[in-house]
Amino acid sequence: MNKNVNAVKEIGMKIVFLAAACVSIAAVVLICLFLFVSGIPAIAEIGAGSFLLGSRWKPLSGLYGIFPMIVGSLYVTAGAVLIGVPIGILTAVYLAEFCRPSVYRILKPAIELLAGIPSIVYGFFGLMVIVPEVQRIFGTSGKGVLSASVLLGIMILPTVIGVTEAAVRAVPGNYYEGSLALGATHERSVFRVMIPAAGSGIVAGVVLGIGRAIGETMAVIMVAGNQAVIPKNVLSGVRTMTANIVLEMGYAADLHRDALIATAVVLLVFILLINLSFSLLKGRNL
Amino acid sequence: MKERMMRKKTQREQLRSAQITALLMRSMVYAAMLATILVLGLILGYILIKGVPHLTPSLFAWKYTSENVSVLPAIINTIIMTLLSLIFAVPIGIFSAIYLVEYAKRGNRLVALVRLTAETLAGIPSIVYGLFGFLMFAVYFGWGYTVLGGALTLAIMILPLVMRTTEEALRSVPDAYREGSFGLGAGKLRTVLRVVLPSAVPGISAGIVLSIGRIVGETAALIYTAGTVSGIPQGLFSSGRTLAVHMYALYSEGLYMDEAAATAVVLLAVVMLINVLSGITARKLTKR
Repeated sequence: MNKNVNAVKEIGMKIVFLAAACVSIAAVVLICLFLFVSGIPAIAEIGAGSFLLGSRWKPLSGLYGIFPMIVGSLYVTAGAVLIGVPIGILTAVYLAEFCRPSVYRILKPAIELLAGIPSIVYGFFGLMVIVPEVQRIFGTSGKGVLSASVLLGIMILPTVIGVTEAAVRAVPGNYYEGSLALGATHERSVFRVMIPAAGSGIVAGVVLGIGRAIGETMAVIMVAGNQAVIPKNVLSGVRTMTANIVLEMGYAADLHRDALIATAVVLLVFILLINLSFSLLKGRNL
Repeated sequence: MKERMMRKKTQREQLRSAQITALLMRSMVYAAMLATILVLGLILGYILIKGVPHLTPSLFAWKYTSENVSVLPAIINTIIMTLLSLIFAVPIGIFSAIYLVEYAKRGNRLVALVRLTAETLAGIPSIVYGLFGFLMFAVYFGWGYTVLGGALTLAIMILPLVMRTTEEALRSVPDAYREGSFGLGAGKLRTVLRVVLPSAVPGISAGIVLSIGRIVGETAALIYTAGTVSGIPQGLFSSGRTLAVHMYALYSEGLYMDEAAATAVVLLAVVMLINVLSGITARKLTKR
């Protein structure tokens, strides 16, 4: 009798654990389903060409071209990479190879704090500090590609630093010792041996940072200006795909709403491609 | 003789240029580190200087009015939202990690699929979660903007984090524990729940602390799921905004920048507290 109860318990709980494991599969399926069901017909109705490559977004006149937003997302992400990646990689190299343990114990939590700051606080900082500075220096409104890139560059720092530091630390110590034995300085060994050896791990960190930057929403809205046109230069206003969704979802209806959902579908496809390349890179490194 | 002197000279030059390159590399690394620290200092300094003077007692009044944009309802909301999201996500996350680590056999197709989907979930931007939550809970279920819808959306968002940290914690439990438990005659379930899981608690709690951080800082996933109503919610099916959404609302109304700065201080304080907590749990982990 008791044995039977135990057996039932064992099998019952095993099924519960299995069901829980399937929740994340179900979540991905549901997310794709809900977005695709509204998004794909909208793309079909607007026409894939005029949706993806149309340069005019005017929902009131029935024009739904998200090309400016795609370009906008790519611009600010590229800007963020340009600013955040060199600083991030070099800071990670400092942490892994130049830092004394006593200094490390202070710096590491500081960088974790940078990772924990909510994006809305970053946005507020960008709005109150970066935007006025850009305004003062260049005499424009201050909101635009440059401000968004600087802010996003700061926001991806902890991601880039974390992954790069782990990658550099994972390089076997005898690489470094071998380089020293050949007469190279500490700096040369780090830059010419350790960093190239950690290459694919560092690239994985950069890819993860790109994912962060392209998906960031609230901070970008506050500093980018949000004009739905292709930016002319680094100072003109820009709207990203994420911003497009948040700004108009509140009042959109019918095809306009579905076009916004379709924007999320495009964003999701970008993210999935980025994730895929991240897993491939990570797989090669370890 | 002359040749030897020449060689010595070029050697010295080479040494010199090597030293210069080394110095250059070193200063690049130091400059980058300084820039990172400077940025952090600038952000913290600015928010604190702007926000702390506006942390008045009236900011923590019970009721939110347009004259006094109190953060207290938002704080209460944040606590409700955090607890509710954790109630959904933590058991599911722990259970699925148990399945992956303790039950699934090597090379199981399902495990690969669960891993893949969890990684995918971890990479999806919060605005996509927000849109999904809006379409499913607010529109398809017809709930409108609700605290429950927001919490369910956030639960899905933090699920991969809970899963991954629990998985790592379970994997770090030595096999000897399991074998010892089996040897004493305990069944699989008993072993997992009474022996393996308790030893994995520090790792699991580190994951929960990280999840709390994400919930507290989240904005984009909540605007169209839990909505932006400013009061204390009447129930699970009414709208209510968390601290981060409160800050966004203050910013978008454009009238309350000082109060927004004060809210940022409260948010930063929460984040720092969470970092300290996760530092403590991490230290516990390494001690063991």
